[in-house]
Amino acid sequence: MAARVFQSIAARPAPVRTGGLMGWLRGNLFADVRTTVSTLIIGGLLLWYLPQLFNWAVWTAYWLPDAQACHPVEVGACWGVVAEKYRLIIFGRYPFEEQWRPLVATVLMMTLLVVSCVRLFWKPWLAGLWVLGLGLFFWLMLGGMGLSRVETDRWGGLPLTLLLATLSIAMAFPLALLVALGRRSELPAIRTLCTLYVELIRGVPLISVLFMASFMFPLFMPQGTKIDVLIRVLAGITLFAAAYMAEVIRGGLQAIPKGQVEAAASLGLSYWQTQRKIVLPQALAMVVPGIMNNFIAIFKDTSLVTIVSLYELTGALGLALNSDADWRPYKIEGYVFIALIYFAFCFAMSRYSLWVEREVNKGRQR
Amino acid sequence: MNTPIISFEKVNKWYGNDFHVLRDIDLSVAKGERIVICGPSGSGKSTLIRCINRLEEHQQGRLVVDGIELSDDVKAIDTVRKQVGMVFQQFNLFPHLTVLENLTLSPMWVGKLPKKEAEERAMAQLERVRIAEQAAKYPLQLSGGQQQRVAIARALCLTPKIMLFDEPTSALDPEMIKEVLDVMIELANQGITMLCVTHEMGFAKAVADRVIFMDQGQIVEQNTPDQFFNHPQTDRAQDFLSKILGH
Repeated sequence: MAARVFQSIAARPAPVRTGGLMGWLRGNLFADVRTTVSTLIIGGLLLWYLPQLFNWAVWTAYWLPDAQACHPVEVGACWGVVAEKYRLIIFGRYPFEEQWRPLVATVLMMTLLVVSCVRLFWKPWLAGLWVLGLGLFFWLMLGGMGLSRVETDRWGGLPLTLLLATLSIAMAFPLALLVALGRRSELPAIRTLCTLYVELIRGVPLISVLFMASFMFPLFMPQGTKIDVLIRVLAGITLFAAAYMAEVIRGGLQAIPKGQVEAAASLGLSYWQTQRKIVLPQALAMVVPGIMNNFIAIFKDTSLVTIVSLYELTGALGLALNSDADWRPYKIEGYVFIALIYFAFCFAMSRYSLWVEREVNKGRQR
Repeated sequence: MNTPIISFEKVNKWYGNDFHVLRDIDLSVAKGERIVICGPSGSGKSTLIRCINRLEEHQQGRLVVDGIELSDDVKAIDTVRKQVGMVFQQFNLFPHLTVLENLTLSPMWVGKLPKKEAEERAMAQLERVRIAEQAAKYPLQLSGGQQQRVAIARALCLTPKIMLFDEPTSALDPEMIKEVLDVMIELANQGITMLCVTHEMGFAKAVADRVIFMDQGQIVEQNTPDQFFNHPQTDRAQDFLSKILGH
């Protein structure tokens, strides 16, 4: 008997989802009693609250920098405060006539950051560009060679925020890598040291680390040695952030199957080659969301340096409004303004991390 | 007889304090010899071959590979690993690298070959396992059989003198076992020294010079495939064979 010839059924495309807007509404907002009730409650709250917010922020708001015009109670937000104080908020106590310097420095730093995010530019010369860029940044901010000198305690606002965030992220990341590897080391001394470091740092709040860096640390230094407060604070944030980041990275390291390391060993790769080529690329790809969490947290944690008298963005806002009785009542508007600045940066970081996640997980896609 | 390329002399190993996984192993492997190791699970087969490239450390006895005694000496381990290719049950390809990058990694970083030469060598090995057209893909985009053939090609890129196979077909779908065994048979016929932990008796009959049967950390019996399968000498081997060939 001849075998029956097998006829395979040709593959067909999946059915198109139908229903349009009504279908979506029914599926997502009014699927059953529970979703309907929660949709109504949340929708009701939004209906009640959003108009009030709109009314305050736009409809009855006063837009010109005139503090007296804002006094009547029926006036909503007083956005004039931003127009009046933005230079103080953005540049802090930096000498007024010299504020073109932090402006150029900020633009420079942001350009560098954007350039570094583009894959096309991930070349060795990018490191050189950073050295050059940071050199320029410090020259502009600090002065010397033709520019008048401005000490670091006068720096403030957005350039200071960007500098603190960028440098502490750039230094914390490699430190975190080493600590994460160290915690899994076969050498007990290194393992203990790294564990001790992580546990000690995680056991204290960032504010106390900054206090120690700023006030206690100089007490232990020999008389006469003076380390700039900016550097001490940078070291504090870096050490603090690296401890958390190390734990995130360690989580990724633990997810790498033992077989990967064995295969690398069987191919003759050394410990460092294995870590660099096999383990870390996979471990880091897995923890991109966690690491970006750390980056964003560092960016916002820089606002704590106010307590050691460095007036970055948040501190500069306080400085700008507290000193002026006319404008002091309009802090909310000021905070909304800097909140938008923080949000713009953090949102960009978060979107960028999604792209990085896709890029590094290419091998996992079908 | 020439000096053996691998020799175990009274090798012992324990996992922890009380699991004696290798017990007084004496074994010498001649250059070009093809050996199949079988035995029940937990008998120490994998551990035995993993000692050869020091993925496992033996605690007593002497183990000499290609004239080099394996000890804590890192240099010696590196030298031996360059001579020994290994294929794992779970393939252990690097999922973040393409097939080609998996193959060029060691030649470029360990062998210090220029990229172009490493890629030529890699492509030649991919041809050998008949999978050259997949060079640009990532491992997880391939079937199990294809992945294992890539893994074999990767090990061959070291131009090793010895190839170790640790249950290379145990994680494969039945339909894919043959394509991997075919590659291994071809390799066996080209004169490389092979040690293969497997239960593929057809493969053992086709290529093995010697079958080694292990149980409870010992080499119980070793013989030609013909003698071993048809006239097992010990009751333990008879029992084992009746179980794997019983149906």
